[in-house]
Amino acid sequence: MTAHALDAPVLHGHRPGVGTVYRWEIVKLRAQKRTYLGFAAAMVVPIIFVVALLADSGGGGPEDVPFGTYVRETGLAIPLVCLAFGAIWLIPLITALVGGDIVATEDQNGTLKTILTRSVERWQVFAGKTLAALTYAAIVLALFVGTGLLLGGLAFGFDPVTLLSGTRVSTGHGIALIGAATLSYLTPVIGFAAIALLLSTVTRNSAAAVVGALMTSLMMQVLGAVSALNFLDPYLLSTQFNAWQGLLREPIDWAPVVRGAWVSAAYAIPCLFAAVTVFVRRDVAGG
Amino acid sequence: MTAAPIEARGLVKRYGDVTAVDNVDLTVGAGDVYGYLGPNGAGKTTSLRMLLGLIRPDEGTAKLFGRDPLVEGARALDGVAGFVEAPRFYPYLTGRRNLELVAALDGDGATGRIGEALDTVELSARAKDRVGGYSHGMRQRLGIAGALLRDPKLLLLDEPTTGLDPAGMRDMRLLVRRLADQGITVLLSSHLMGEVEELCDRVAIVRTGKVVYEGSLHELLSSTAGRYLLRTTDDVRAAAIAAERPGIGDVRFADGGLALSGSEEAAAALSIALGESGIGIAALVPHTATLEELFFRMTEGDSTGRVAAGEPSPREEAVR
Repeated sequence: MTAHALDAPVLHGHRPGVGTVYRWEIVKLRAQKRTYLGFAAAMVVPIIFVVALLADSGGGGPEDVPFGTYVRETGLAIPLVCLAFGAIWLIPLITALVGGDIVATEDQNGTLKTILTRSVERWQVFAGKTLAALTYAAIVLALFVGTGLLLGGLAFGFDPVTLLSGTRVSTGHGIALIGAATLSYLTPVIGFAAIALLLSTVTRNSAAAVVGALMTSLMMQVLGAVSALNFLDPYLLSTQFNAWQGLLREPIDWAPVVRGAWVSAAYAIPCLFAAVTVFVRRDVAGG
Repeated sequence: MTAAPIEARGLVKRYGDVTAVDNVDLTVGAGDVYGYLGPNGAGKTTSLRMLLGLIRPDEGTAKLFGRDPLVEGARALDGVAGFVEAPRFYPYLTGRRNLELVAALDGDGATGRIGEALDTVELSARAKDRVGGYSHGMRQRLGIAGALLRDPKLLLLDEPTTGLDPAGMRDMRLLVRRLADQGITVLLSSHLMGEVEELCDRVAIVRTGKVVYEGSLHELLSSTAGRYLLRTTDDVRAAAIAAERPGIGDVRFADGGLALSGSEEAAAALSIALGESGIGIAALVPHTATLEELFFRMTEGDSTGRVAAGEPSPREEAVR
């Protein structure tokens, strides 16, 4: 048969892109209670730590972590001790909660097909979601460190801090170094977020992706603890959570910081590439 | 560029050993209200997903206004809107916020059409409520509103009245009719005969992934003209006489009497022959099959798929 034909309709004006997707991913995150639970969890740990120190007025500090012995001398040591604690499970867990959920939940709920039948390309949707997940991770980390710094300062004073090399630096210098350490800490966080995003895309199951990302973190820590596998240590993502300590020396030891950045990138880039490849080509039949 | 709103050729989709869509050809012309009719599991939704680029066909191509979504991506969906299965939204956002979201992803001034779309589907009063509290019917209507934001020239609707109460179904059909009257080409997937008969001018009937009929609904229904229902005082003898008459064919027992085919002249001659044989005629009435009857004939025929419009159902007992 000969069908009647029409001129192909064409979208006029501005075509939405990654920025639009990103903005709306942030709107969606802001509208969900789970987002605030993650924020609360990131703030509660430093609060508990400071309260515990105040309650134990005669005690010292945790001696087995960097800056643990200085926690009562200056509040600036509190966020740095928290960074060491947070690497074990808290930050990977909170990062995985959003990274592992941001694609899979949409697939499970059927909303992925709602947004994939609009005027944005699939890669743009994925890029927007990735940026939103990374933004969330960065905010969680900032809240974690910021809460520790604020409460630590209020409880123990904003006094100069002694670096790992024994040098004492001013409060302002110390706070700047805490900021730099947080940025360095963010690189393995991005690596874990990328793993979570990959699992979220591949498994299409939010719980599996979150648990999978967390298990990956724990598995790396186990590998790092096995002395026979010490040769792996510099290349484990979990090890890079300690890279920031290089910044807290005088002079700065850049080697762990640089290695932390490229090792994290070596995890993040292939994971994101694999995830976007799967996302762009996959069948969307859920929901 | 001019092209049919939908042109699919040789679409195949397999899931393991199951062929969900089997070599489907579809052509939907501009202004058509096209019914895509089939029982549950016939492959309608899978076909729609392929048309919208949500899933990849194993074979074949699907083009919307001449553009393949798998090749041209989102640009192939310009002027196209709709939903597959139930429309899905974010339950923690309000209806309006959900529309703002999809409008942002549409661009092209879609945000400015939100109020009008809400009015069209009569959801303005509930636009500030979270979608989590919406009824099924309200979500269906919100799905239509979301589709209208794209100012579509082609609307693909997958069973839009499923799960609605009678009033909701009526309202949804009126809405689809109104949109079609505005010149929007509509592809309506459904398993509801009345809905398709009421709304559509062309249909494709699918069965186990294959199209068993594609064409005008009017032609399909008129293809069964020339059939009669006959009730007599002795149906067994009447069947034997009818089977011997020239011009009379396809004689079978059905509906408490006989069903047969033939011209008006042949039917008249049969009535005389029956009278001469002492058989009284209680009724001899022309019978045009309903879409529902044709649908069941086509979708419940033998597995070879050779059953076509006007052919007998295996369920009916043929006299010859």
